Amino acid sequence: MIKLKIVLEHSYYPNYFAIEDIIATQEKAPCKFLVNIPKLGKLNAASEEDDLKAGTSLELPVWLVQQLASGRQPLVTIDLPKSYKPAYREILKADATAVDLHKFGLYFYELGCHIAQFDNQGDVREILVHTFTTRFKQLMDLADNIGLDPSAIDKLDMLERKLFKDGNLARNLLNNWLNNSIIPMGAATMVVNHRKRKRINVE
Amino acid sequence: MLGEKAYSLVKELEDRQCEILPYNTDLVTEIATEIVHLYDQNHQDVRLEDSRTPGTSTNLMPTVRMRHAAIQRNQRCLLAYHYNRLRLLRQMRWEFGSILPTELKENLSAAENGWFNKYSTILGKYMRSIGENGGLNLAVDLKPPKALFIEVRCLVDYGKLELNDGTNVLLKKNSQHFLPRSECEELIRRGILQHIAN
Repeated sequence: MIKLKIVLEHSYYPNYFAIEDIIATQEKAPCKFLVNIPKLGKLNAASEEDDLKAGTSLELPVWLVQQLASGRQPLVTIDLPKSYKPAYREILKADATAVDLHKFGLYFYELGCHIAQFDNQGDVREILVHTFTTRFKQLMDLADNIGLDPSAIDKLDMLERKLFKDGNLARNLLNNWLNNSIIPMGAATMVVNHRKRKRINVE
Repeated sequence: MLGEKAYSLVKELEDRQCEILPYNTDLVTEIATEIVHLYDQNHQDVRLEDSRTPGTSTNLMPTVRMRHAAIQRNQRCLLAYHYNRLRLLRQMRWEFGSILPTELKENLSAAENGWFNKYSTILGKYMRSIGENGGLNLAVDLKPPKALFIEVRCLVDYGKLELNDGTNVLLKKNSQHFLPRSECEELIRRGILQHIAN
């Protein structure tokens, strides 16, 4: 059966409602407190004090760090998460196509865009573009010729997976259309999925 | 305070993007309570901060800022949860039609149910208002027709179907029929009939 609906709803930052963006910003980044934060000592599991002392190093979600590190009086300094550090950047520079990006981070690009703000040299920005452009050719190739190596999909990050899914669907639609122009009407996607689930429940 | 609850709420949506899960009343209430709690604490601290003479005792502003960031995060997650469910619901109106299967209906909150009915009414009203003689059904003719009649196979025991010209067709499981396209498209969308091409 052909799925006719092509979903191209890549919601990305600054889309306030984007699920992907919310999930990506929950990733943690190491940061160091510059000032005392009274009453919030419980955020640091290692100490039992009431206050969060200046100089404490913690791993906090990116959405929080972003808020704290910006503005006229930053409360923290942020350090890059592991995957965006020079050592990892070198790996990507050497050969981005060979890397298992899924292991680097589920939302490598999305999170990278947020992280890039805190990298004054602009190296992170550069590596994001470099990684994407280098890998894109391979991605397109994969979308056009699935069947070659299904395990290759495991090495894609979530953005790439979506692009792959859409690209592959479009390729299939085109192939089908070229082969026979009569398109049978099918049940709506949601109806089909609902049926399948029902059947599993019954069994 | 680090938004774990709000995160797990949104995570629910990510795992099953094309399916409506039961409305998570418990978690939504918990997050709302957390927001109120953080807000109250901030309110208190801001008052203390106002009455403080500069240079004495501790500065509470950093604490307030951190809590505020958490409030905003929680709010964002709650809104995203509801918004994305509504989008799903809207899509369901187009794919299942105006009557949802009961198993799915149970998963909606009361407010969502109300929204669905309203949306359905508005859509119906709009479709009746356009086109000639009595409106235009936008949910059919999604693909350009090649012939007026098509071959279909029945997938379930549906019962009698009365066609526009008055003839009755008995739709039994696995029976095949040659029917006007316009009359069976909706049943195909609902998965009752299967279109046999060639």
